[in-house]
Amino acid sequence: MDADITLTVDGQVRQVRVDTRTTLLDALRDRMGVTAPKKGCDHGQCGSCTVLLNGRRATTCLALAVAHDGAEITTAEGLADGDGAPHPVQRAFLDHDAFQCGYCTPGQICSAVGMLDEARAGHPSAVTTDLVGPVELTDAEIRERMSGNLCRCGAYVNIVAAIQEAAR
Amino acid sequence: MTGLLPARVIGQPLERADGMAKVTGTATYAAEHPVPGLTHLHPVQATIARGRVSAVDTAQAEALDGVIAVLTPANAPRLASTEDPELAVLQSDEVAFRGQVIGAVVATTPEIARHAAGLVQVSYVEQPHDVALRPDRADLYAPDKVNPAFPTDTEQGDVPSALADAAVRLDQTYTTAWYHNNPMEPHATIASWDGGDLTLHDSTQGVTAVRDTVAPVLGVAPERVRVICPHVGGGFGSKGQPHVHLVLAALAAKAVGRPVRLVVTRQQMFALVGYRTPTIQRIRMGADRTGRLTAISVDVVEQTSRIKEFAEQTAVPARMMYAAPHRRTTHRLAALDVPVPSWMRAPGECPGMFGLETAVDEMAAACGLDPIEFRVRNEPERDPETGRPFSSRNLVACLREGARRFGWAHRDPTPRARREAGWLVGTGVAASTYPAGRIAGSSVTIRFGPDRRYQVETAAADLGTGTWTALRQIAADALGVDYAEVDLRIGDTALPPASVAGGSTGIASWGSAVLDAAEAFRDKFGANPSEGDEASGGMPDNPHTERYAMHAFGAQFAEVRVREDTGEIRVSRLLGVFAAGRIVNPRTARSQFIGGMTMGLSMALHEQSVLDQRFGHIVNHDLAEYHIAANADVAELEAHWIDEHDPYVNPLGTKGIGEIGIVGTAAAISNAAHHATGVRVRDLPITLDKFLS
Ligand code: FES
Ligand code: FES
Repeated sequence: MDADITLTVDGQVRQVRVDTRTTLLDALRDRMGVTAPKKGCDHGQCGSCTVLLNGRRATTCLALAVAHDGAEITTAEGLADGDGAPHPVQRAFLDHDAFQCGYCTPGQICSAVGMLDEARAGHPSAVTTDLVGPVELTDAEIRERMSGNLCRCGAYVNIVAAIQEAAR
Repeated sequence: MTGLLPARVIGQPLERADGMAKVTGTATYAAEHPVPGLTHLHPVQATIARGRVSAVDTAQAEALDGVIAVLTPANAPRLASTEDPELAVLQSDEVAFRGQVIGAVVATTPEIARHAAGLVQVSYVEQPHDVALRPDRADLYAPDKVNPAFPTDTEQGDVPSALADAAVRLDQTYTTAWYHNNPMEPHATIASWDGGDLTLHDSTQGVTAVRDTVAPVLGVAPERVRVICPHVGGGFGSKGQPHVHLVLAALAAKAVGRPVRLVVTRQQMFALVGYRTPTIQRIRMGADRTGRLTAISVDVVEQTSRIKEFAEQTAVPARMMYAAPHRRTTHRLAALDVPVPSWMRAPGECPGMFGLETAVDEMAAACGLDPIEFRVRNEPERDPETGRPFSSRNLVACLREGARRFGWAHRDPTPRARREAGWLVGTGVAASTYPAGRIAGSSVTIRFGPDRRYQVETAAADLGTGTWTALRQIAADALGVDYAEVDLRIGDTALPPASVAGGSTGIASWGSAVLDAAEAFRDKFGANPSEGDEASGGMPDNPHTERYAMHAFGAQFAEVRVREDTGEIRVSRLLGVFAAGRIVNPRTARSQFIGGMTMGLSMALHEQSVLDQRFGHIVNHDLAEYHIAANADVAELEAHWIDEHDPYVNPLGTKGIGEIGIVGTAAAISNAAHHATGVRVRDLPITLDKFLS
């Protein structure tokens, strides 16, 4: 069964027809040609498909497109400004070479942007000791909060360094 | 010394040329190329481990709206060559392993293809299967050679007598698990035919190799096949050779007369795209009272598939690491009803150096020597196997430099001596090595473009390794121009051919050809060329190859913490120092080293494909259950290198760095775990249960 939905993707309002089984990830990649979100596992196990969904980081392979009619989505492509200047998190990833193959990277970057907002809003993580005060983004905090994004190229130490820089 | 290309742009830590495209997600990977009229393929896989497909009922699948074709062994087009049984898809009804492709659905959308694949009813005649790898199997056999062309067995001196006479002896068995490469980008192919011409967008470490392998299988001339792959989302060996999905996509596209896209699912990757065999390594060593090795013996048992042989060269590093007058190495294989094993990052060295370097740690302790001192004492002056001098060998320098940076000097060697708040803390060291080789067959064309820029072309690959940047740096120095004046084109068989990105040979091979082409260009056109001037070059033979043993070396240091009550193990520090010739781009090189070390940590603590012997099935076939290191698993991790000038390896002086980072890491971690706990773990992965028994 098909359904027509509207998504705002990287600032553009777009209509798209999807199978009711189509994930948000496949709607973006296969039906709309938006390939910044990557498919690494299709099962919510790797984080490659992470975007900002209505401002919060989300794995799009675990979302059905039809359930997100009207949603606002920002991908890594949309984080950069229109003139081609990278977002500060992207700039930091470039400076620290926080990737190799680049396949997990758009997801890492969206996840990092969402994570920094969560930390600023005071959301605790599994390693936060003070649950009421402001979150201090130690390396351990960043590692914990970014562990939903796997990187088989093993760029983690550079990813943490990049996020530390962007957080400053 | 002389002979090496002077470095001006080489050695600069330039930002990746493809960096912006990657951080914004606009770099295009195989499955993402827009192709009009695209259809989608979902494979049907065998649910038995051995037998024959007796009937396939496709009626329900075919009745589904949007299904274009259901391919089975009965109706699939015939291949021109079935010589490679891994690639001979849908050519017979035999089932040789669980998960083998026995059918395929092509449909207008991926959702329909997947649904229909589930509706295909397959009946089998089952035969008993055998998937058990054991060292006492009666049917183990010696392959003719081990990957890629090493002798299966070697023998020097008289090992049994030397062992009998040794003052200190070791006889232990070490095992490594079944590993899957699991690059983050799943394997994918888009195949489109235009008459007799085939275009393949494929995720591969070598477009030229794909073309040359697949063309005869399909029965088309290589020049009618074009393979395109500008970016690869990791490979680690599994994209080094074409696997079945590539042929299946091309075959299906032919059958339906429309472009076909096949994206292998993460689960399917565990059966279809290669893996590293489990290894069982019996290691015996003898030493005299002063800690000098007199005998080294390594007997390896591992598996291959019944339909196609791949023999991992696990004992090969034991042939060159340490001096010992008596030495023997053997490899034996069990041919099982399992998927086809293949290359995975540092085949041979990676599993082999786990066994060898753990054994060396045990020997050092038995001799009462510091493990660094023990290694220094057994440093060979020449390659023990061939007697050739090393073109350069800086293992000792790496050990010393690593010891200094890591703070090894004040280490108390007593196991289980350091406790911190419920954690047992220990440190360990292991050596690392990888051969410095090149692969022939690359050519490079340099053209002077209309914009007065130099266009450098070759079909090389960048799987995250930094080729887009490093090769351009080499070209700039080879031509004596600025980096900004060079344009690079790679990843397309429309360009001059290039060798596969494998065996850490890429930059040395392609870079040599860049140099040759640049020399030819300057010879012909001088310093002021005109628009359209063009020259080509290849990789000249290196006369030193026959005279020297060429290897990179490294030292890996680890600090681990093991929870005294639960056995939980964490790696709190990893530090590697490498001697790998000249480093072309320190920024991307560092990423390769830390990436290899991180994968080594992952191998040490997490990775293990679990086989259910009853069904021949890898049960943990996804990223939730096949654990690869996540961000929180990696704490402090540093990679360094020493300046190394090697004028013999190639005119660039590079040794290749894509694999050495994973070699020795797991041994350093297991040695540190022993130091922390007093428990010697000889079977990977090092899980908490191993400290509690
Ligand atoms: S593709 Fe969505 S989490 Fe892996
Ligand atoms: S950069 Fe390759 S998987 Fe992260």
